[in-house]
Amino acid sequence: MSATRIDTAGMPARRSAAPALILLAALVAALLIAPVWIYPVFMMKLLCFALFAAAFNLLLGYTGLLSFGHAAFFGGAAYVSAHAMKVWQVTPEVAILAGIATAVVLGLVIGAIAIRRQGIYFAMITLALSQMFYFFCLQAPFTNGEDGIQGFSRGRLFGLVDLNDTMNLYYFIAAVTVLGLLAIWRIVHSPFGQILKAIRENEPRTISLGYSVQRYKLAAFVMSAALAGLAGSLKALLFQFATLTDVAWNMSGEVILMTLLGGIGTMAGPVVGAAILVGLQNFFATSGFPVTIVLGATFMICVLLFRRGVVGELAHWLESRKA
Amino acid sequence: MTTHPAAVRSDAGASRAVLSARGLTKRFGPFLAVNNVDIDIHHGRVHALIGPNGAGKSTVFNLLTKFYTPTAGRIVLDGTDITAMDPARVARMGMVRSFQISATFGDMSLLDNVCIALQRPNHLSVQFWRPLSSLDRLRPRAMELLDRVGLADMAQRRAADLSYGRKRALEIATTLALEPRVLLLDEPLAGMGHEDVENMASLISTVARDCALLMVEHNLRVVADIGDEITVLQRGEVLARGDYATVSTDPRVREAYMGSEDGGH
Ligand SMILES: Nc1ncnc2c1ncn2[C@@H]1O[C@H](COP(=O)(O)OP(=O)(O)OP(=O)(O)O)[C@@H](O)[C@H]1O
Ligand SMILES: [Mg+2]
Repeated sequence: MSATRIDTAGMPARRSAAPALILLAALVAALLIAPVWIYPVFMMKLLCFALFAAAFNLLLGYTGLLSFGHAAFFGGAAYVSAHAMKVWQVTPEVAILAGIATAVVLGLVIGAIAIRRQGIYFAMITLALSQMFYFFCLQAPFTNGEDGIQGFSRGRLFGLVDLNDTMNLYYFIAAVTVLGLLAIWRIVHSPFGQILKAIRENEPRTISLGYSVQRYKLAAFVMSAALAGLAGSLKALLFQFATLTDVAWNMSGEVILMTLLGGIGTMAGPVVGAAILVGLQNFFATSGFPVTIVLGATFMICVLLFRRGVVGELAHWLESRKA
Repeated sequence: MTTHPAAVRSDAGASRAVLSARGLTKRFGPFLAVNNVDIDIHHGRVHALIGPNGAGKSTVFNLLTKFYTPTAGRIVLDGTDITAMDPARVARMGMVRSFQISATFGDMSLLDNVCIALQRPNHLSVQFWRPLSSLDRLRPRAMELLDRVGLADMAQRRAADLSYGRKRALEIATTLALEPRVLLLDEPLAGMGHEDVENMASLISTVARDCALLMVEHNLRVVADIGDEITVLQRGEVLARGDYATVSTDPRVREAYMGSEDGGH
């Protein structure tokens, strides 16, 4: 073996970041001009859920952990942000930070308990703990029970930009979502992200190489919870209310559906999945046709026809054409 | 005067075992899979663990590396009692294992597989804010390791697409990346072609010069060739131990292998 041969001919180039950059540019451009055709409130709702699903996918797609309790982080952050704006009268960015902090604490507690178990047991523990949190929210006085927290002003961002103006709010939510997605992209494509992938691919092997996988899993869990919390806070800011719907198990189920529908383990998948689901919900909400049936049918189609999700199937098709 | 650490260690290695276990026992419910096994692994030597299917060889591996908690017994690594330690910590102390069922990171390239092993000792495993290009400096070393097991020309292939024998080779490259002091290989040659077996066996005996090596192997020709010390396990108990000549002439061992010197392989 000769070192020179290894250094030159044997050294393949790392995959270029160009496609990702093009995708990002396209996303930013689309977000800038979208309000021309699309109702901004619909767009903002979509963005909140896209970020939520992408945060969830960080755990399911890139670490291999199926959480059935992500509503706790989404809804918990929504409650605290709403409470912060309504009662503490803080500026929106502070309210969002308070929401994220809540999600981090919840993520640490739920994560530390759940990662001791694997597979379906992990999912069941996250579900059980998030249901406990649901009942806490149902009982706690500050959440106002069935009414939720509502009737507060969005206030001014940094005390300057009035977020009660729809277009200001739109560009703020769009910018924060893009930053959130970029953060996820960075985490996935980092030295740390490689270890998460290794855990997903073969946990015992990762342990045998000296990695304390529990710590990596917990870190990924908390990061995912924090970003889900960011999404929940944005949603509370957008609709100016936080209710039990945000912490209920259906919300945990919806985010799983979005991610599966779009394609787990892909960057664009959760965004596409969120768009499809939010679109369907909006469309059928006015039709009087029960949305649950639509969601159920969508799930069936997804499982039967696109096992890899929409984006996953597309990527697979492109790959097989290349080969 | 300068002391060369490796020289000191191999001196000491001749007398004291790097890894030793006493009274190692593992029960699965009522079933006694490993019963009162003593074993010593020395620096610079190849120790082969052989025995029929289901004898408990892999279970001994899992006990030594702490993937299983022993029901009874004591394990000492480099003078430290590791009986109650978790497996990742044991690995960080320099005892690295391979798995009987080939363990690779299927959806990653061969290069990335080896880099995963290199990341931790190079302090590049927690940085979630740095780009993947920060791992580029590990690549020359990873390529060297792949070259050592004859996989350099397929560095960009997905590990899942490799043949079984090549997965074994990749696993060895990944393991060697950690420069282990104690190396445990569970059937490293299984599924390899004749030529690869020879190359890999010679690689294993080369590697064993700088570490203590324990391997489970069914290929008795290789065991005879490179094994310095052999422990025969049957139904969870040590049946015989010693060098190949001693063990292979032991009547009980011959009986366990149904009278055939090369175990019917
Ligand atoms: N986790 C487990 N739970 C229950 N029984 C187990 C477990 N692991 C191993 N055993 C049993 O312990 C016995 C020894 O298994 P082990 O895998 O150690 O054998 P081995 O010597 O490695 O065999 P082989 O040559 O087939 O790999 C077998 O009877 C097996 O069924
Ligand atoms: Mg075995």
